[in-house]
Amino acid sequence: MSDTPFVPGLVEDADRVKAHSAWLEWVSTVDHKRIGLLYLFTTLFFFCVGGAEALLIRIQLAWPNNTFLSPDEYNQIFTMHGTTMIFLVVVPVLLGLANYLTPLMIGASDMALPRLNAFSFWVFLFGGILLYFSFATGQAPNAGWFSYAPLSENSYSIRPGLDYWALALLGIGVGTVATAINLIVTIVTLRTEGLTIRRLPLFVWMVLINSFLIIFALPALNASLVMLLVDRLLNAHFFTHVGGGSPVLWQHYFWSFGHPEVYIMVLPAFGIISEVIPVFSRKPIFGYGFVAASTVAIALLSVGVWAHHMFAVGLGHAWEYAFGASSLLIAVPTGVKIFNWIATMWGGSIRFTTSMLFAIAFLFTFTIGGLSGVIFATVPIDWQVTDTYFVVAHMHYVLFGGTAFAVMAGLYYWFPKMTGRMLDERRGVWNFWLMFIGFNTTFFVQHFLGLAGMPRRVYTYGDLPGWAVMNLISTIGAFVLGISVLVLLWNIRISRQTGAPAGDNPWNAWTLEWATTSPPPEHNFDAVPPVHGRRPLWDLTHPQEVRP
Amino acid sequence: MGLDVLNPASPQAVELLRLWDRCLWICAFLLFVVTGSIVWIVIRFRRRDDREPPQTTGNLRLEALWTGVPILLVATLFVLSVVAAEAIDRPIRRDPDIVVTGHQWWWEVRYPNPGVITANEVHVPVGRDVLIGVDSADVIHDFWAPRLGRKIDAFPGYRNYIWIRARQAGVYNGFCAEFCGAQHAWMRFRVVAEDPAAYEQWLAAQATPALPAYSGEALTGETRFKELTCVNCHNIAGINRQKQFGPDLTHVASRQMLAGERLKNTPKNLRDWLHQPNILKPECFMPNLNLSDADLTSVTAFLETLK
Ligand code: HEC
Ligand SMILES: [Cu+2]
Ligand SMILES: [Cu+2]
Repeated sequence: MSDTPFVPGLVEDADRVKAHSAWLEWVSTVDHKRIGLLYLFTTLFFFCVGGAEALLIRIQLAWPNNTFLSPDEYNQIFTMHGTTMIFLVVVPVLLGLANYLTPLMIGASDMALPRLNAFSFWVFLFGGILLYFSFATGQAPNAGWFSYAPLSENSYSIRPGLDYWALALLGIGVGTVATAINLIVTIVTLRTEGLTIRRLPLFVWMVLINSFLIIFALPALNASLVMLLVDRLLNAHFFTHVGGGSPVLWQHYFWSFGHPEVYIMVLPAFGIISEVIPVFSRKPIFGYGFVAASTVAIALLSVGVWAHHMFAVGLGHAWEYAFGASSLLIAVPTGVKIFNWIATMWGGSIRFTTSMLFAIAFLFTFTIGGLSGVIFATVPIDWQVTDTYFVVAHMHYVLFGGTAFAVMAGLYYWFPKMTGRMLDERRGVWNFWLMFIGFNTTFFVQHFLGLAGMPRRVYTYGDLPGWAVMNLISTIGAFVLGISVLVLLWNIRISRQTGAPAGDNPWNAWTLEWATTSPPPEHNFDAVPPVHGRRPLWDLTHPQEVRP
Repeated sequence: MGLDVLNPASPQAVELLRLWDRCLWICAFLLFVVTGSIVWIVIRFRRRDDREPPQTTGNLRLEALWTGVPILLVATLFVLSVVAAEAIDRPIRRDPDIVVTGHQWWWEVRYPNPGVITANEVHVPVGRDVLIGVDSADVIHDFWAPRLGRKIDAFPGYRNYIWIRARQAGVYNGFCAEFCGAQHAWMRFRVVAEDPAAYEQWLAAQATPALPAYSGEALTGETRFKELTCVNCHNIAGINRQKQFGPDLTHVASRQMLAGERLKNTPKNLRDWLHQPNILKPECFMPNLNLSDADLTSVTAFLETLK
């Protein structure tokens, strides 16, 4: 960068100032839309990095006794893959969407605390960089995304990789909590006139509940990360049994964050689905109150199910039954949502846009992931299949088949609003089918690998009957998935420049973000339409109807 | 395909499979309802014209139905899972028959009575209830032989227990199921179930040291074994008894596999292992001692006498 002070009117080189100030504008922005886009760009970038790591994993596992990666390289890569996808992709992509959309959907001109908003983003980016900087120290973290003690303690991992891991997540965690507070304040105080809580678009509602969940869950992670750092750097013994600490303690702390985290990664995705399905079915959401209330039920239950990650620990039956019961119970409000989405489509006039295709695929794949979740909540079965590829299949059905498909639906749905151009539908359909097929090919077969006994996180495996074929299928699927991501990137790039102009409301949708231009001006709205119900834009064109 | 979990060989695993089947039926039913209705809707309610469809907003009875039925289903699953869990984890009122201790990255297997120590191979008598105590010497591992029953974590500092009872003689795969560092993949073991008579014979043989080497290559090997640092880490009853860091080698030649199932136990593989353990199992804690050809041959010959 130049050392010329940036004073408008005083600089000779006009072009340079322009480039310079475009950069500066992005770096110094406090506009929620720009921050939202920064989140989306960053997460797309990390998604590609994490995806490349996934491909390395799948190459290594393509056949038995492969030596493509050494065990230590493999362990770093799967750790970074998990940590990246969870902390640098799934959570922040949802925060990015929430950032971009929440003020628009409630008719506000920005977030309530714009500078805190910028802080959250930059601290998140900094955390991501710190995490990847660990490669430069010679060894990235290598103890898995939940870094169980004592493997994560000094005695077993002396290199600094895990210190970077803990510090990076700490930074990201602080940013996430700040965003959650910001979203709550925004939704509570900045709604436009007439937009009562009970009329909130479901996306905003789920973002709100999700933000509360973040505030409850993330501090547990932040505190345990600090304790781990104290163990590692100051030789304390919180999580080692020799000094009177306990490795089980780490698991309790981590999962009391980690399970709510699962819902933090999925509630806003439910919100996206609850916007997309009604619009493309041309009907209001079925059972608004039930969809909204079940979200609260999920959030409440989700803080009381963490020990289902620990059924193999030997906690004793009383614990296991209690957590098994609560985990089974959480399937009920989740099921209520699925049924309401299906009922929303029932009797509709369905438009099969790419966005809707992803939403429908979500219903199918997420149901599979949810049902394998029920299998895990059935305690004795968990004793068999936990820590195997069955878990790997389950969590990818939830996080990829669930959240990622929902985010794709959201991307095709809101891209026109964000850029003013449509994301091409022809390429979109290719994107969809490749992703759907690639995803199911990669992960469905992993259920069977788990049943065959393949533990998760092994860098290689012996030639046991069937293992080679199943792993090869999974690897081929992963490459199809990789191609689908390339199609997506290509589509974004082309459509960004030459896509059909979107207009204000290309989908004929009814929430407030469609009432302004695409992309919206910096202050979002010249005039916010009056709100008398849940579908303000629909009401404008159907004034005679009785509104829900 | 070798789906071990669905191919039980013990009453515990049978119990688990029965629960699995029931659970799978319930899930299959729900998946059928969901997928079936999606497919039907996609065909039946696709856009036909530009008219907006009727704007229905909800139905209390339906909500009650799809809240109520799942509650009943999960309640059923809960009851079934408690019944199965009680049948699998029987109460523990005696000392374990076998104690298995996880090490990075191999399993130590002890029979407190009559004081046998071996590695990566758990022998059990067919048709008898066997109580296994499971713990760890370092990080968390997890003991799992899918065809024989549940998995259980191996923790440093406290001991877990599981019951198994093999129904037929045979060799069953075992895995370490908790990520435990570089060689988690090659921390496998096997359970060898044999007739009680054969088992007693095996146990008696393990309890007595192998015959000392009398002559030739093997005798040189024994001497070299003591002179090289092997004895610092490995225990061979009759030769040295000290606190051990690596697997007990008293009867190493009687074992089927080496190094957490990384290799079949053949003389050639054993020699390769002594030659380059760090290549065969990178980062494992058996050092490459740069043995000379002569040492490799004699030490291998010696170890091969330890039947
Ligand atoms: C620093 C300690 C150490 C020394 C010295 C050492 N070993 Fe080992 N050895 C180990 C460990 C640890 C293992 C287990 C490796 C694994 O499977 O991860 C092992 C495994 C073995 C095994 C395979 C046992 C089995 O059943 O899988 C044999 C055989 C063996 N060592 C022989 C020797 C011989 C012979 C020497 C001397 C030339 C020797 N070791 C020196 C630590 C040591
Ligand atoms: Cu969980
Ligand atoms: Cu292990």
